[in-house]
Amino acid sequence: MTYIAILITYIFISNFILVQFLGMCPFIGVSKSSESALGMGMAVTFVTSIASVVCWSVYQFLLLPFELEYLRTVAFILVIASLVQLVELVIRKISPPLYKALGIFLPLITTNCAVLGIAIINIDENYGCLESFFGGLAAGLGFTLAIVLMSNIREKLDLAPVRRSFKGVPIAFVSAGLMALAFMAFDKSLLMNLHLV
Amino acid sequence: MNIFLAFIIITVMGLLLGVGLAFAAKKLAVAKDQKQIDIENVLPGANCGGCGYPGCSGYAEACANGECALNLCAPGGSEVAKKVGEIMGQSVDVSEKRKVAYVFCDGDCDKTQKDFDYEGITDCNAAALMFGGDFACKEGCLQLGSCINVCPVDAISKKENGHIEVDPKLCISCGKCVDICPHNVIKLIDEDSEYVVKCNNHDSGAKVRKVCEVGCIGCGICVRKFPESGCSMDGFLSVYDNSKPHSQIEEAANACPKKCIVKRI
Repeated sequence: MTYIAILITYIFISNFILVQFLGMCPFIGVSKSSESALGMGMAVTFVTSIASVVCWSVYQFLLLPFELEYLRTVAFILVIASLVQLVELVIRKISPPLYKALGIFLPLITTNCAVLGIAIINIDENYGCLESFFGGLAAGLGFTLAIVLMSNIREKLDLAPVRRSFKGVPIAFVSAGLMALAFMAFDKSLLMNLHLV
Repeated sequence: MNIFLAFIIITVMGLLLGVGLAFAAKKLAVAKDQKQIDIENVLPGANCGGCGYPGCSGYAEACANGECALNLCAPGGSEVAKKVGEIMGQSVDVSEKRKVAYVFCDGDCDKTQKDFDYEGITDCNAAALMFGGDFACKEGCLQLGSCINVCPVDAISKKENGHIEVDPKLCISCGKCVDICPHNVIKLIDEDSEYVVKCNNHDSGAKVRKVCEVGCIGCGICVRKFPESGCSMDGFLSVYDNSKPHSQIEEAANACPKKCIVKRI
């Protein structure tokens, strides 16, 4: 039950992009076509899921025993950056088609604050290992949902008669703001209504 | 004591991860196509993106896979195209002449009227959003130098009185300046083009006369009186084409009432 609650929390209620405003850079940068947006979303989901578990292990087995909790930001960034590089190497070796689809986005995620964000949130919320994994998965899925919605809107906007001064990124920002407003409709009462809390 | 422990743990972690990555990179290295490596070595390595691929290695990969034409490298020109053809074992069409970018505008603050004073950010595309820029001529050079910033080889510079000039010797014809210019004032021309009609205003004569002293007014003298001048009319703008017969272009340049046919070389 808690796992479903975690999924719903980070996909809808605390959506990483539209509610917590984490990982905005690729949200605007890679949302021009739905195809690349989906690729980016998959890559982020992949990385947040793995990074959550690895960062949780690093925190529990390395930082906590030595009372170095205050070093978690540095340690997490170190781990995430190397992890992303490693994942890129492995994918390139094992599956060229997957590398074609995700490869160009992976380096972009190295320093994406959504990845660091979910790693730190997992610690703050005192999640266990499996819960951390679901937290990461949900963060990635929420990111994917937002960026795919955004890319579809932007593809439509390209054809819409937009005023010249608003063409391109400005109208995208306005749309993103409206989307964020719409996502405010999801709050904690959603969990209660679903009898998950 | 605690600070030493922190120092040691982070250092060891960084070292381990770094060594691990280096090891993984060796272990998981993907063998590149030998042809691709050869082509990459032949290419100039400017990574200008003029071919439409992300950098020289991207183009080399596309070439090696036979996905694209072999003569797309503008900076390398015919020489590089020949070498790439040798590597791929194909004959390459190298008849195309080298092109260079050229700014088709001779206007400046003295010769061209201004509508207003622009005090926004120094960027042509931003200025062009404001009623097409501060100059009354809405198709001329805005002189804010967005092209200077995108040029990968620093071939473009600002001369006195704001004139933007491209150094034909340095230009690698990647076309980035052509893409960024909001008024399409910069175009690619043949490197050996002797003359050029240095104006981009397509408006009728009366309108051009009002806004600029050196604009082409579309009188058509170069086309009608000198049929061998190599000029042709595009609306109210004369355009010189070096590939046409152009024995009379010198006389046409002298006869031009606005003197906007300029000798280049």
